[in-house]
Amino acid sequence: MLRTALLAAAMASAFPAQADTELDALRTELHELKATYETRIQALEARLRAAEAAALATPQMAAAAPRPAGRSFNPDISLILQGRYAHLDDVEHRAISGFLPAGHGHGLPRGFSLDHTEFVMSASVDPYFNGYFNLALVDEEVEIEEAWFQTTSLGHGISLKGGRFLSGIGYQNVRHPHAWDFADNNLMYRVLFGEAYGNDGLQLKWVAPTDLFMEFGAEAGHGAEYPGTNRNRNGAGSYALFGHLGGDAGISHSWRAGLSYLHAKARNREGELEDLDGAETETRFTGASKTWIADFVWKWAPGGNARARNASFAAEYFRREETGQLGCDDLDPLEPSLCSGGMTGDYAATQSGFYAQGVLQFMPRWRTGYRYDRLDPGSVDLGANSASLPVTDYRPVRHSLMLDYSPSEFSRLRVQYSRDRSMEDTRENQWFVQYIHSLGAHGAHTF
Amino acid sequence: MKRLITLFLLLCSPVSVHAALGIFACEPEWAALAREIGGADVRVYAATTAHQDPHRIEARPSLIAQMRRADLLVCTGAGLEAGWLPVLLREAGNASVQPGRPGHFEAARFVTLREVPARIDRTEGDVHADGNPHLHTDPRNIAKVGAALTARMAEIDPARAVAYRARWDDFSVRWEAALVRWQARAVPLRGMAVAVQHPSFSYLLAWLEMTEVARLEPRPGIEPSVTHLARVATQLQAKPARMVLRAAYQNPRPADWLAARAGIPALALPYTVGGNARANDLFGLFDDTLDQLLGAAR
Repeated sequence: MLRTALLAAAMASAFPAQADTELDALRTELHELKATYETRIQALEARLRAAEAAALATPQMAAAAPRPAGRSFNPDISLILQGRYAHLDDVEHRAISGFLPAGHGHGLPRGFSLDHTEFVMSASVDPYFNGYFNLALVDEEVEIEEAWFQTTSLGHGISLKGGRFLSGIGYQNVRHPHAWDFADNNLMYRVLFGEAYGNDGLQLKWVAPTDLFMEFGAEAGHGAEYPGTNRNRNGAGSYALFGHLGGDAGISHSWRAGLSYLHAKARNREGELEDLDGAETETRFTGASKTWIADFVWKWAPGGNARARNASFAAEYFRREETGQLGCDDLDPLEPSLCSGGMTGDYAATQSGFYAQGVLQFMPRWRTGYRYDRLDPGSVDLGANSASLPVTDYRPVRHSLMLDYSPSEFSRLRVQYSRDRSMEDTRENQWFVQYIHSLGAHGAHTF
Repeated sequence: MKRLITLFLLLCSPVSVHAALGIFACEPEWAALAREIGGADVRVYAATTAHQDPHRIEARPSLIAQMRRADLLVCTGAGLEAGWLPVLLREAGNASVQPGRPGHFEAARFVTLREVPARIDRTEGDVHADGNPHLHTDPRNIAKVGAALTARMAEIDPARAVAYRARWDDFSVRWEAALVRWQARAVPLRGMAVAVQHPSFSYLLAWLEMTEVARLEPRPGIEPSVTHLARVATQLQAKPARMVLRAAYQNPRPADWLAARAGIPALALPYTVGGNARANDLFGLFDDTLDQLLGAAR
């Protein structure tokens, strides 16, 4: 009954020309209803008054037809421009003391230089898969950092990723350089992986159906990246396991903690070391490498609103065990070393380290942060090579302080000072000025 | 082994027959609307509060955990959640709420969006290609979205479709009556000039036929700088505004500074459900908004 009346009222307001007769009819109807629907009638009367005055536009109450979404077919494309100015000492050969060098870094150019330019493309493949592609470009080098598909339709919290991807171990590992909070990588990841651990393979992940965030993942892959090598074999060359827990503590705090394990195998993994006399040697490691990582992240935003002020704290600790054989020879046949003619000995090392960093956005656009790096060369048993190669108990340490300014979400300028004592005989003050600009559809960032 | 697998699958299955429909609402207004329609038949999780900027939400682990268990996702769409929702969808491993599935509901698809940019260029700031996403500030849009949401909930959970429709019918009658009441009250506001911090209230202003004469953000999403605010203050001398509007979650300083400078009131409108003590449901949201506007206009 009331619905009919309302409909009539709506009609009346929609067609004011026919209003007179309908208004009379409505009034009669309203009086009948009054006994039972006293309160609602008042609204109807108000509506009638509105219709009579023909004062207001009639609200359109019917649901509009669904509108097609805008650009859903186009992949999201973005380009990240990064460059910097570095004020550094002239160090001929940079290597973190007490650790075998991880991969071949790009070194640290002095003065002005261009960092990786990242090209990123991502989209839904179809209703079942997502695709992601990240290309890093530097002079004379193009590197596919990531190129993977991920299932979206398995449900039950399960997703499968395949292709080349950054491993889910640790916290910092999945973050590309443009998302780092500092101008350079922490020492821990530099000794563990060079930059980050990527793999060609598969990742299976499961999120538990609980209020507390619980995520478990397993990866198997080719394992060609440091600390493994390409061993020209079928099957998996490395595997990784990781688990994360996380949640909120009140409206302003959130956290995540995790444990990860990486198992890799190496055959003739090349490295460069100075022998006891300071001559360059080339080392080749064959054996197994096991890495454990514990990570913890805490973030704070007053009232949950990170826009004006926020803070984050992250710390990771690692322990790595490597056992196998270490070969050693002259790097340059014209410059003989203590390893001349080639030596091979047992190798067993247990090493560890950590970093801890805090970043505070103290006002809109401005952030400052401090990072502390410390490594422990632990115990290294060189076997037969101990006659030619050095073992040190020097603990590399670095302090970094940064300040950055983000005119918008898409641009960031940063200045950083580091007091670097990662090399036993060098005390270096490093200054970096850096820009990070992202063009196009910039993807959302993870926690 | 077989038993273990069955147990595992049972534990993981998204909706068992008797469980309440799990709804993940990106913003408080949609959580409130879903509660109106779903009543005790639904378990609603509001991912954000009225004191958070819906553009900038951290993809926190707790949100991933909630997304994992949702049967239906109710969000604004139109790019409002572009900075965090894709991460949740990717990480949660929940097939039923992926885009294109019935469990993925975007309010923006059911209303006509305003301020669709003719040109998409970052020099314009953080523009949304599909148009202004703050569509719930026009209560007529709430009605449109509610009708569509009721249909969607009935589709996903047919066993309780009758209850959803009955609650929606009840709500929409009350909503229509309230609309009439609000529109009658808002007559004195018509044509009034206001300054806004961010285009959060474009739909509200269009509904009430008020005019926006100045914006505090130099470009959408970019924090107002002191120089820009000074420029806006000068601009307001030539084209005066009666009040400065900001959403409860927005930084109060720019609006307060400008209001003091121009000698006009600065209003912190609730913007969404929970924005202040009176805006504890959708009705309270618009009651309080109108009270504040009328109070300042007096």
